[in-house]
Amino acid sequence: MKPPPFDYIRPNTLAEGLELIGKYGADARILAGGQSLIAMLNMRVAAPKLLIDINGLTDEAYIRDDGDAIAIGCATRQAVLERWPTLAQRLPLIAKALPYVGHAQTRSRGTVCGSIAHADPSSELPLCLALLDGQVVLRNRRRSRTVPARDFFSGVLQTTRLDDEMITEIRLPVPPGNTGAAFNEMAIRHGDFAIIAVGALVDTTHVRVAIGGGDDFPVVKRLPLSGEAALQEALNDLAWSLDCQDDLHATATYRRHLIRVLGQRTIEEAIACRS
Amino acid sequence: MPILSAGQRHKITVTLNGEERTGHAEPRMLLSDFLRHELGATGTHVGCEHGVCGACTIKLDGQPTRSCLTLAVQVDGSQLETVEGLGASDGSLGVLQDCFRRHFALQCGFCTAGILMSLDTYLRDQPNAGEDDLRALLSGHICRCTGYTPIIAAALEAAEILRARELQPEQRGPDV
Ligand code: FES
Ligand code: FES
Repeated sequence: MKPPPFDYIRPNTLAEGLELIGKYGADARILAGGQSLIAMLNMRVAAPKLLIDINGLTDEAYIRDDGDAIAIGCATRQAVLERWPTLAQRLPLIAKALPYVGHAQTRSRGTVCGSIAHADPSSELPLCLALLDGQVVLRNRRRSRTVPARDFFSGVLQTTRLDDEMITEIRLPVPPGNTGAAFNEMAIRHGDFAIIAVGALVDTTHVRVAIGGGDDFPVVKRLPLSGEAALQEALNDLAWSLDCQDDLHATATYRRHLIRVLGQRTIEEAIACRS
Repeated sequence: MPILSAGQRHKITVTLNGEERTGHAEPRMLLSDFLRHELGATGTHVGCEHGVCGACTIKLDGQPTRSCLTLAVQVDGSQLETVEGLGASDGSLGVLQDCFRRHFALQCGFCTAGILMSLDTYLRDQPNAGEDDLRALLSGHICRCTGYTPIIAAALEAAEILRARELQPEQRGPDV
């Protein structure tokens, strides 16, 4: 289908962009890579009055290594992060998850922050942000605030971003050196929306595991590493604690099955690559 | 830049396969429709219009791009490459196209333009791409006819020919 009519503007600076989102608020949507938003417009799920295209904000297309965290600007494309030379070393979880984000042909244009802003419950980057305990920097005309991932996602495609705010940066903490990371997902075809996605970060005593596609937003749980039987039981409890739903692609029962099986496999992989 | 209003058609100038072209588009016009209906470049096909089938894939400033997930107003001043640019000016086929023909890598051809543009970019960046890489790349395209196997065979052969050319630049044929 075709998008409904909207006005369009392409600011050249972040200040201009913030001015616009401040003025038009809920009537406007930020257009970054467009790989989710334009699909939603085409399907007429979204009908904003104004699109604010931030593809001209070249200063915001950065990846900055702050030592304890990696900061990624709102115009940084997924493919650019994928090719960032130290990604596998600094953020192995992201290096493992990115190939599952859409396809090469959408990562070339899709942005990292755009995927976070879209907040699809089964998408990979929100899961990684939550698992890494990352932060979202939100700005409006007057101020900036930093929100931890756990306070950012609030429902299916819902976040705590206010109408006059824009995500200007996300920060992904670099895990300590002895952490093992792994990521897996089950989808009908590679690149489709995940039925269940699982990420795991393992240190010497605990595992942090994140599940996508099981609830309204990614859910993170910290579990002690105490033998296979205990882990299986903890994953089973986790599966039952989520609001898994039946839909066209899978039943809730299958989703819980995947949380147990894929969860176990992902944790084992993370343990195996702990240095 | 002023706000471009919804009801008006705005002038868009692009470089399409090396040639400067101008058309007009309302903000809501998709790049795929702009190419086909405004510029008459109907080689780019439109399947799903939500980014999953890959038929509409073109090159935007050298990067593979879904033209159904891009607005025409976004590409003013950009370089676009489409399937029409793959062959030589005398009408002969480019290397990839020729390999597709030899390997029967197309049947109805609906998906082909998008796949060719993806592969054209990919083989430029990854000249040593192997079967696994190519299969991962092709996950971004849906072909209802070929079963993909001949597409992989064609792409592998094209990669080999292009690598050989790279070694002997003086023997380069028409641009592909
Ligand atoms: S028409 Fe663009 S991806 Fe299907
Ligand atoms: S050749 Fe018919 S869809 Fe691919």
